[in-house]
Amino acid sequence: MGLTFAEKLLAFKVGRESVQPGQIVEVSPDVAMSHDNAGLVIRQFRQIGVKKVWDPSKIVIPLDHRVPAESTKTANAHKSIREFVKEQGIASFYDVREGVCHQVLIEKGHVLPGMLALGTDSHTTSCGCVGAFGTGIGATEMAAVWATGKIWLRVPESIRVEVRGRFSEMVFPKDFILYLVGKLGAEGANYCSVEFHGPAMADIGIPGRFTICNLSMEMGAKNAVVPVDRVTTDFLKSLRVDVGKVSGKRVDPGKVSSIEVVAEKLGDGKTFHPDPDATYAREEIIDISVLVPQVACPHGVDNVKPVEEVEGTKIDQAVLGSCTNGRIEDLREAASIIAGKQVHPDVRMLVVPASRSVLLEGIRTGIITKLIEAGCVLVNPGCGPCLGAHEGILADGEVCIASTNRNFKGRMGSATSEVYLASPATVAASAITGRITDPRKVK
Amino acid sequence: MKLKGRAWVTGDDIDTDQIYHGQYLPITDPHEMAMHAMEYVPGMENFPREAKSGDLVVAGKNFGTGSSREHAVLCLQYLGISCVIAKSFSRIFFRNAVNLGFPVIECPGLSDTLKTGNVVEVDIDNGKITDLTTGESFQGIPASGLEKEIAGSGGLIEYLKKNAR
Repeated sequence: MGLTFAEKLLAFKVGRESVQPGQIVEVSPDVAMSHDNAGLVIRQFRQIGVKKVWDPSKIVIPLDHRVPAESTKTANAHKSIREFVKEQGIASFYDVREGVCHQVLIEKGHVLPGMLALGTDSHTTSCGCVGAFGTGIGATEMAAVWATGKIWLRVPESIRVEVRGRFSEMVFPKDFILYLVGKLGAEGANYCSVEFHGPAMADIGIPGRFTICNLSMEMGAKNAVVPVDRVTTDFLKSLRVDVGKVSGKRVDPGKVSSIEVVAEKLGDGKTFHPDPDATYAREEIIDISVLVPQVACPHGVDNVKPVEEVEGTKIDQAVLGSCTNGRIEDLREAASIIAGKQVHPDVRMLVVPASRSVLLEGIRTGIITKLIEAGCVLVNPGCGPCLGAHEGILADGEVCIASTNRNFKGRMGSATSEVYLASPATVAASAITGRITDPRKVK
Repeated sequence: MKLKGRAWVTGDDIDTDQIYHGQYLPITDPHEMAMHAMEYVPGMENFPREAKSGDLVVAGKNFGTGSSREHAVLCLQYLGISCVIAKSFSRIFFRNAVNLGFPVIECPGLSDTLKTGNVVEVDIDNGKITDLTTGESFQGIPASGLEKEIAGSGGLIEYLKKNAR
């Protein structure tokens, strides 16, 4: 009987021919990532009574949630993390300058096809954009992983999503995944591995795949994946250059050459392509040609409506950024709509690049200039206001449209504020008019 | 082991921001964390002040959806809540609870007759839930296998210590 991506990868990890959904397997991760909450992981790690982490080369810690520190509490947590990485010899530590952890994992080449990546962040599902298995865990569990190098996982059931057609103008991967989350519901993929297939995927680049895998978390997915194809290998080839140039000190030569190997010699042994006769718990076919811009309305990511149903809703803030949609393609799209116009006087439009490299490219290409000229406020790379921690908190009763990933009640501040989620294009169009706006009408 | 306490009943899809908002993540003091438990859940604003040690939280489907933050479990644990019963749980919340030794029981057949203030008894070992106020009982799914071993040890850290010996 055929195996799904998750079954194949987990079977390989335990050295078996196959594994079944529901089975518990004990596996060792290739990457064990944490961010600001490494502070909590470290406290739990100390409790276990082990002196050294199992493998410092597999631990990656980018600080991103509250950067630079917004309070003494956070500053002290950051300090404890800096001390810990020195003490343990963890080389892949990215201080407050680098960007959102998920983006950093991918752009620095820490996560490659066929890897098992664990992160103390629910959106670790993003790793599936390069054909890896990424899943989120809690801090205590990560402490145990750092101590033992092992974790137990339940082999998930899999959902197969076949994506067909072509996006029409001003419709993006964000609109597709919001539509899917709306269709399946907030627990529609709970405990499941979600695979994205179909002819349309060849037209969706790594940034779009990132958005799709990232937001799959919002339907409960344990992991989400786009199986490795030409798009993946081309991306990895391009990444090799960046890895050498940007972070030669952090990535060892072995890793750089492994990217070359993966990019050029991807064999079917390591990519874990699902078998044609694999068994799925559910199969969906989505034709993206008929999709219009989508908006997730307060207070659930699965409360999704076509933009026309909420058009005209007055907004106070617009946020462009986050691990979901803070890449250069997202900034470029927003800039193409905003350039030469002005952000509405009653709107604060915040731009939060997902990483330092995105910010640098935005500066080099003039995209950042266009956004600032239009009245946008530039926030340093990181999670920014996405989780309501700092840098753009909403007041009582305020309304925000954001390209981020969650619109839970009070997510960005006051319990009486509201967040709508949409594509960068819809966010940009709305920022100009001061009301939720269909981007097809602005262009 | 049997737990008995007053129920605090809440709805479906109670997310991690409602249970423990992102703005409070840097807090490490247990009492301070407990004082923000369920703060963003409509109607439960007084929960941290009125909940008594041993009380239970009863929820609908997909409890704990969202973030991987353990604070969502810790704030309830620190407040003295003995257990969460829900029609279903979000994956990471459930796992965090097991790893922190906090009892959680999934019970798809929970009835709406179980109201806030009712006294509920939960048998952790066999999953039987009894509403002592109405006399109704429900069958939850008790922990088994590795999950039971970890939970039974009082959480993952205790489990690791025990097995290292």
